[in-house]
Amino acid sequence: MSEDRIEAYATALFNVAKAEGNIDSVEDELFRFGRTLEGSDALKNTLTDEMVPAAKRQAVVEDLLGGKATATTTQLISFVVGSGRGKDLPAIINKLVERAASSKSKAIAEVRSAIELTDDQKTRLAAALANATGKSVEVKVIIDPSVLGGLVAQIDDQVIDGSVRTRLDQLKAKL
Amino acid sequence: MLASVLLAAEEAGRITTHSSWLPENFEIIFGGLASILVIGALFKVAPGDIPGIRGWKKSLQVRTERIGKELLQAANNKQNSINLAETIRADKGDIGAERARMLAEADQTAARVLEEGRARVERELAETEAKAMADIEAGQGRLTAELQGQVAALASAATEHVVTGSLDRATQVSLIEDFIAKVGAG
Repeated sequence: MSEDRIEAYATALFNVAKAEGNIDSVEDELFRFGRTLEGSDALKNTLTDEMVPAAKRQAVVEDLLGGKATATTTQLISFVVGSGRGKDLPAIINKLVERAASSKSKAIAEVRSAIELTDDQKTRLAAALANATGKSVEVKVIIDPSVLGGLVAQIDDQVIDGSVRTRLDQLKAKL
Repeated sequence: MLASVLLAAEEAGRITTHSSWLPENFEIIFGGLASILVIGALFKVAPGDIPGIRGWKKSLQVRTERIGKELLQAANNKQNSINLAETIRADKGDIGAERARMLAEADQTAARVLEEGRARVERELAETEAKAMADIEAGQGRLTAELQGQVAALASAATEHVVTGSLDRATQVSLIEDFIAKVGAG
């Protein structure tokens, strides 16, 4: 898929979510779904397999997100998958998130954690990252058990790694 | 001549002999001398074409020449023998010198081969020893590395096991709070 088409899809999804008035939650849910899709080859294959009928792929999406995400998020993802653009969904979502952050003049901080963060922790983390980078930051949390403990934050090309996994790897390297 | 002597003796008187077969002694003596003189004269002055004398003289001359040739041949043989003896003596001397030279050369060759063999053996021994030492060191290093690797792997596994086992909810929250505090502190 060309960059222009990805941009067009991202803009369309962004405008729909904005029109529905729940851009923040939709953006967050799309972001999480995008990361989940990147981490699951089985899900990716199912949603991008042209041999699987579009209706069945959309049914898979609705089964996955039904009751766990807003209706807008489910419908947007279902629309993209149904139109045969499932393999470009992560790129479309990334572009949408960038656009949303840009509209709020914020940088995206992709934070990986072994456990879910509370809203208070997210707020304080966003403030801490803003203080460290000098940018207004919007935190997107990804649950990643491989982190083991602590956090890994990536803002643009800058990575701040405070994970137990990395410390264990360093210890192994020293050993 | 012999007839005239006999006639003169008969004219002088009756002659009595002691033997009917042998003449008197003086006859034998004078007769013998006379015969010698006659034969010598014949040999000396007789012409060459007298039968018997010519062959005899020739045979004597041939005999003399043969004897002279044989003497000359004997002298030559003797000289050849002397020369041969000299040659043999010289060859014998040469053989001795050659033998001594060959023995000396063989000794030198043997000494050189021995020296080279000793040097080669020493060199091979040194190389073998160095290789063995290198193999031993490599083996020690490899074993040490393997041992270190195993210890490290066990230590890592044990550490990870202990760490992950101690990561309860409170610890997770504490780690997150520490991260926020450190990042916020800048």
